Amino acid sequence: MSIYINSPLNEDSVKELKAGDVVSITGTVYTARDAAHKRMIAILDEGKKLPFDIQNQILYYVGPCPAKEGQVIGSAGPTTSYRMDAYTPRLLDLGLKGMIGKGMRGSDVIDSMKKNNAVYFAAVGGAAALISKSIISEEIVAFEDLGTEAIRRLYVKNFPAVVIIDCEGNNLYETGRLEYEKG
Amino acid sequence: MKTISVDKIIEEVEGVCIKANYCLGSDVFDALNNALDTEESQVGKNVLTQLIENAQIAKDEGMAMCQDTGMAVFFVELGQEVNIVGGSLTDAINEGVRRGYKKGFLRNSVVSDPLKRINTNDNTPAIIHYDIIEGDTLTITYGAKGFGSENMSALKMLKPSDGVQGVKKFVVETVSNAGPNPCPPIIVGVGIGGTMEKASIMAKKAALRPLNIQSNNEDIKSMEEELLAKINKLGIGPAGLGGRNTALAVNIETFATHIAGLPVAVNINCHASRHGVIRL
Repeated sequence: MSIYINSPLNEDSVKELKAGDVVSITGTVYTARDAAHKRMIAILDEGKKLPFDIQNQILYYVGPCPAKEGQVIGSAGPTTSYRMDAYTPRLLDLGLKGMIGKGMRGSDVIDSMKKNNAVYFAAVGGAAALISKSIISEEIVAFEDLGTEAIRRLYVKNFPAVVIIDCEGNNLYETGRLEYEKG
Repeated sequence: MKTISVDKIIEEVEGVCIKANYCLGSDVFDALNNALDTEESQVGKNVLTQLIENAQIAKDEGMAMCQDTGMAVFFVELGQEVNIVGGSLTDAINEGVRRGYKKGFLRNSVVSDPLKRINTNDNTPAIIHYDIIEGDTLTITYGAKGFGSENMSALKMLKPSDGVQGVKKFVVETVSNAGPNPCPPIIVGVGIGGTMEKASIMAKKAALRPLNIQSNNEDIKSMEEELLAKINKLGIGPAGLGGRNTALAVNIETFATHIAGLPVAVNINCHASRHGVIRL
């Protein structure tokens, strides 16, 4: 059974989510991956503002395929999240509330998630054609020159994801694996 | 002497890039269905169901099954009696990639310089490995190599005294450390022997081998089976959410090596194992 949640998130909605929850996300999410993260941090280092208000938002780590005629977006599954780890605590400190990606996160990120009350979701890596069906609209917000790595604002409807790490630091990758290890 | 024009090669490469990214091979599709039958974890079953549905959508609608349409990797076996006319073979392969990725709406994922990191916007250059063989055939094997799995690959220069146990330990450890990152259920390509680069190239070749073909060396074949069983006891499961199906196959290639060495390379491929073969 899916839990239906809306994005942007808020303090209370994040607290209700537990590692292992299967969710359907509806609302606005922003895309950013390696190059966009690097630029966002460079902007912050210059003392400037990010190109969008990150407060309570969800970042989706994705670099989509180009859209064919008639498509909103091309295939758009999650990329591996740990490459964003070096940049993530700073964004969490600015109010980022959720992230969608796949794969493990470092301890700095998990500590910062606990401190800032944030949640980490995974979408199924490689289910990119299927996932693209839940993306209703797409527009480039910043860094258009980065092509697939530009920051996009997406409106998603019933985007399928699983809570991997909740705001208390519970981690489905650890508990899920333990259950099936060795036996 | 057989003559093959670069125009023909461009056309074939363009086609194989698109087809491999849209249509999951029947070997992988069957393996995913088989995994769905054997998976004990409900969440794992849900993941596998999504992957099978995804493959169907990609094929039916003509779109990439995964947005990471990869760096284009080719293994070329060029018969020494083949005459390529109209230009260079390397340029023809790159032109085929350029056209295929544009025409197929595949993602451009290549940066021109590893440190400056500017996208080339046409997914070239491809990585091309050449072998000169006897005869008058040209065989080009394509793989779309996504980097979620590529990044989880590893190489170790073991000592001869580490032996077969050391090899097995390193392969299982590499998969265990990768956890959910490379999009399990994965295909594990292993290269044992040769030199540092030879082991890596063998591992890549092994990762692109069809899943229904095992090694024709009995000892290696039984090592493939043993490692697959060990890996599927790690508990990582589909998408790393816990379960029995962590790998769909372990494919091993071996080669002669030095008296002082035992190189082992592990190249991991995700479940969206996209490969195709052109024979001219």
